[in-house]
Amino acid sequence: MARMNGMTIKRVLIGGGKNFIRGGAVSAATVVIMTVTLSIIGSLIFLSALLNFTLNAIKDKVDVSVYFVTTAQESDILAVKSQLEKLPQVASVTYTSAADALTAFRARHATDQLTLQALDELAGNPLDASLEVRAKDSSEYDSIVSFLEASPTLSSGGASIIDRINYAQNKDVINRLTLAIQAAREIGFAVVMLFAVASMLIAFATVRLAIYVAKDEIAVMRLVGASSAYVQGPFIVTGVITGLTAAIIVLLLLWPATWYVGAKTVVWFGGFSVASYYASHFFLVAAILLAAGVALGGVASVFAIRRYLRV
Amino acid sequence: MIYFDKVTKRYGDTAALEDVTLSVAPKEFLSIVGHSGAGKTTLLKLLLAEERPTDGSVFFESVDINDLPNSALHHYRRKIGTVFQDFRLIPNKTAYENIAFAMEAAGRDDAEIASDVPYILELVNLADKARHFPDQLSGGEKQRIAIGRAIINQPDLIIADEPTGNLDPINAFEIVEIFKKINELGTTVMLTTHNKGVVDAIGGRVVTIDRGRLVRDDVGGEYIL
Repeated sequence: MARMNGMTIKRVLIGGGKNFIRGGAVSAATVVIMTVTLSIIGSLIFLSALLNFTLNAIKDKVDVSVYFVTTAQESDILAVKSQLEKLPQVASVTYTSAADALTAFRARHATDQLTLQALDELAGNPLDASLEVRAKDSSEYDSIVSFLEASPTLSSGGASIIDRINYAQNKDVINRLTLAIQAAREIGFAVVMLFAVASMLIAFATVRLAIYVAKDEIAVMRLVGASSAYVQGPFIVTGVITGLTAAIIVLLLLWPATWYVGAKTVVWFGGFSVASYYASHFFLVAAILLAAGVALGGVASVFAIRRYLRV
Repeated sequence: MIYFDKVTKRYGDTAALEDVTLSVAPKEFLSIVGHSGAGKTTLLKLLLAEERPTDGSVFFESVDINDLPNSALHHYRRKIGTVFQDFRLIPNKTAYENIAFAMEAAGRDDAEIASDVPYILELVNLADKARHFPDQLSGGEKQRIAIGRAIINQPDLIIADEPTGNLDPINAFEIVEIFKKINELGTTVMLTTHNKGVVDAIGGRVVTIDRGRLVRDDVGGEYIL
């Protein structure tokens, strides 16, 4: 666009506003289509958050348990815990003593008298102390287990204090889950992008249609001596106003919509509430939708009007 | 002022204009007559640089219009006021805004617009319709607003393509009188028509185009086809 002075910018802004207000049915139809498009983009934000929440919930269920021999000293076990916590790939390490494990076992089998009797007949506590290790990423369990197996500090008096690590039997499940999480992220991203692009194309087509209606008007403006920038400006402003109006409508509609389905999504998706997410991420969602509205309306107008300026 | 030098315009194999040479002097009133499809509108489109000639050149004040880049066309067009048969007012602007638009496009400031537009509305006798939109105006009123838009920037040349084509005889006569007055004030006018009554009312020079060729050029001429 050619350089514009303050007077021209004021005229372009006022012209764009008047075009929008006087556009009547065409403006209303464009806002409706843009609202649908931005609603889809808004839904995709929630879908993406839900996918992340679900994947994180699954990831949190994955861990590696390290069981120690019954003769292992608690101080040695806590030393191992401390070493593990220093590893960058470790998210958390939880210590369960042999006594705590026994208490938990008894509580779990409180109604199973046969098991409790068998336990009472044994001399002492047969359960091992353990460390429950969670990695920051499921693909990092391999390196944590390698560290445990290789570290010489784990031996006391020449004998290993580790009885067993349950990684081997979980390895396949963890690997498959890692692949599934990665695939879900990639497929989710692709689906989100596909829907976003499809809805944007619909919005583009609608803005183009609105400008097509004004093509004779554009030709006249050119013939009475208006520069391309002066003709284009008000249409871009109208497009931006359309996008902003649609974004504000979507942001307003999302309050009752997320409130209505919020309680249900907590039950359906294991604790994820779209209402809480919307409330806590309102400014992020608003920024995305307003930016998308402005970009869609503005960019679509620029592309749509270009062909009619060749008069 | 205007010179068409052996101008030919073809659309595919069809020649809309064939080897036309024509000059127009400043302050002249030129009527271009001919049947529908004779090439009258093409001639005006070439002058507005809406179309480019296939052969030959069109000069306006010694400048070859073909040499003007697209980015300079709007400056060139501000020297010309244009009136169309179908009025071509901007539908979502009021009568006042339609006239003001030509001034805004030319970069005139708000004070000039506020003083000149009401004057022009008075001149075309539509001061009371300033806030009306085009669909609230009659054909004759629309054409008078279009003339107001064409003259607001005091152009050197007014071109009018069949300006009375959509009007009843009374409105057509009023429009012709307005053009005559504009011409008397010193503006060159080029007008196309196939209405004998209009040509007779204007008098002056008449150029006849038939099947793309300039076949008659009579000063003080008449409508003969």
